[in-house]
Amino acid sequence: MVKNAKQPQKAFKAVSIPKSPSGISGLDEITLGGLPTGRPTLICGSAGCGKTLFSLEFIVRGAMEYNEPGVFMAFEEKADELAANVASLGFDLKKLEAEKRIRLDYVHIDKSEIHETGEYNLDGLFIRLGYAIDSIGARRVVLDTIENLFSGLTNEAILRAEIRRLFQWLKNKGVTAIITGERGEGTLTKQGLEEYVSDCVILLDHRVVDQISTRRLRVVKYRGSIHGTNEYPFLIDEDGISVLPVTSLNLDKAVSSERVSSGIPALDKMLTKDGFYRGSSILVSGTAGTGKTSVAASFVNAACARNERTLFFAFEESPQQIIRNMRSIGMDLQKHVNKGLLQFYASRPTLYGLEMHLVAIHKAIRQFKPSVVVLDPITNLITVGSVSEVKSMLVRLIDYFQSEQITVLFTALSLNNIVNEQTDEGVSSLVDAWILIRDIESNGERNRGLYIMKSRGMAHSNQVREFVITEKGLDLIDVYLGPEGILTGSAREAQILQEQTGRILHTNALGRKDRELVRKRSLLEAKIEALKTEFESAEEELNKVYIEEELKRQVLEQNRQQITELRKGSKYRAATEASSSSKNKKGK
Amino acid sequence: MQNFTMDESVPTEEFYILRLFVSGTSSNSVKAINNLRNICEMHLKGRYELEIIDIHQQPQLVKSEDVAAVPLLLKKSPLPVRRLIGDMSEREKVLKGLGLT
Repeated sequence: MVKNAKQPQKAFKAVSIPKSPSGISGLDEITLGGLPTGRPTLICGSAGCGKTLFSLEFIVRGAMEYNEPGVFMAFEEKADELAANVASLGFDLKKLEAEKRIRLDYVHIDKSEIHETGEYNLDGLFIRLGYAIDSIGARRVVLDTIENLFSGLTNEAILRAEIRRLFQWLKNKGVTAIITGERGEGTLTKQGLEEYVSDCVILLDHRVVDQISTRRLRVVKYRGSIHGTNEYPFLIDEDGISVLPVTSLNLDKAVSSERVSSGIPALDKMLTKDGFYRGSSILVSGTAGTGKTSVAASFVNAACARNERTLFFAFEESPQQIIRNMRSIGMDLQKHVNKGLLQFYASRPTLYGLEMHLVAIHKAIRQFKPSVVVLDPITNLITVGSVSEVKSMLVRLIDYFQSEQITVLFTALSLNNIVNEQTDEGVSSLVDAWILIRDIESNGERNRGLYIMKSRGMAHSNQVREFVITEKGLDLIDVYLGPEGILTGSAREAQILQEQTGRILHTNALGRKDRELVRKRSLLEAKIEALKTEFESAEEELNKVYIEEELKRQVLEQNRQQITELRKGSKYRAATEASSSSKNKKGK
Repeated sequence: MQNFTMDESVPTEEFYILRLFVSGTSSNSVKAINNLRNICEMHLKGRYELEIIDIHQQPQLVKSEDVAAVPLLLKKSPLPVRRLIGDMSEREKVLKGLGLT
């Protein structure tokens, strides 16, 4: 982020007004270099939004990092109180003051102690400030909160004229000044200080939404310079103020085409055998109890097995719980922890606001330098922010991860069974790969179905797989596509068994039919045999008659010949033979 | 610039230590000095000590005495300490501030 923000800064240096870096992390990126040098800047906001700390950090960083001594003129807190208040941030005001790098001055104006008796002016203040500036050669000045003058003194006309004179005087002195002001109703400051300070106005805001506070900063105006116009969250921790630019504006991150395994071979197979791209962001979403954490743990396990440093942000379970639970599915995360490859970072989401989480995450990542990060689950963060806030936070995180080439896996809980493309904190459009685990409920049981909603830049399976968690680990099984749709779990088992039974019955039935056919065949064959026999006997009968007739005829013929020969002798034999043969033909 | 005068008209016999911070010779400064002198002479004759300080000359003192608006009259004694700002033209307020009414 820093790298990206610095480039435009360079580019605009030639045309932009001179700027003094505030030293406040993130602010100089938003203002492209810092506050306007030699001019007053107004910082306004309601009580407790961090105005004093903000301006004090400007002075301290200026003195410590930019060698610009500064004067802090307090109208609210005594110098000792100030020093005590910021000691926790590691700012040693006493030491800096002794080294003549800063000067604290407390102007006390109490209405009850002061009687106004006519015309007056604020020369005393000018002299004090001038003396303080000259004594250390200050380049920076803070007036915190000059509006307090209005509560101590009653003559507004004088005060306004004097404050106008003061700002002009500060400009002439050439010091970079911060004037703080309490926020008024409908105006930036109660007393309309913005009338006098018009070069740069920064608004601080401290909002409590659902009992969780978030601080925000916005550059309302910055004359003579371009600046980020968004509301940027900032937080105050032991290192002072950090402002987080929402995101670097350009999308010019280096990308890798190297692949990393998801730790589930079957899932890798769905992603053209190699898993996810390195440096990509992966979302695993699903309803409660679908095994999102197990998927995450499996990914972590695979990364650690490759000797990659992994950071696991747990917002739901304690590290011990995760380690124990993952042991039950055959993953030993403890050994990775012991080796120093895996680090858990567990915190309750409600512990602090989103921005704090964001910075905590940033910080942990900067320290541990992991190549794989898991956030489990991001949905829990919703308890501390609205959907849009969580989304903007995740945008920034994803942005950061990409710039650092960190592969990140988020898990997200979807609250209903209906797949809604709008849920999942709206990050689905930001992530590179989205794996969805769904409950498939039928026949009084619940099973898990996993599919890949999207996976940018690679071919991936469009199939729903049954996601099973066994004590040996995670696996995906091709779901059973039966005539009644997708079957999973025991229904799948039952269907398979049923089919086996069916096959046996079927085979059996076939055998019976075969046998029947054989029987029928033999029956018919027998019938054919009988008919054949019948036919033969009928034929024989017919033949018998015919032969008998022939025999009868032959016998009659013989008898007649014999009789003829006996009567006429042999001279008539030839004629008789001819007539007998013609008679024979007729007989046939 | 010290005056020690006794005044019988005021019953209390407290001794006043006053410091007046002014800014150079501006009109406010001159008015404040004149007005205050007048009041003191009338009401505190002989029992007051008035020190007039030009803040331009003694910036160190400006911080230690916590001066912001000038002219500033500091009543160090008698207690309580009072701070009066302005050119001392509103006589009633000055007298009230000094506890002389």
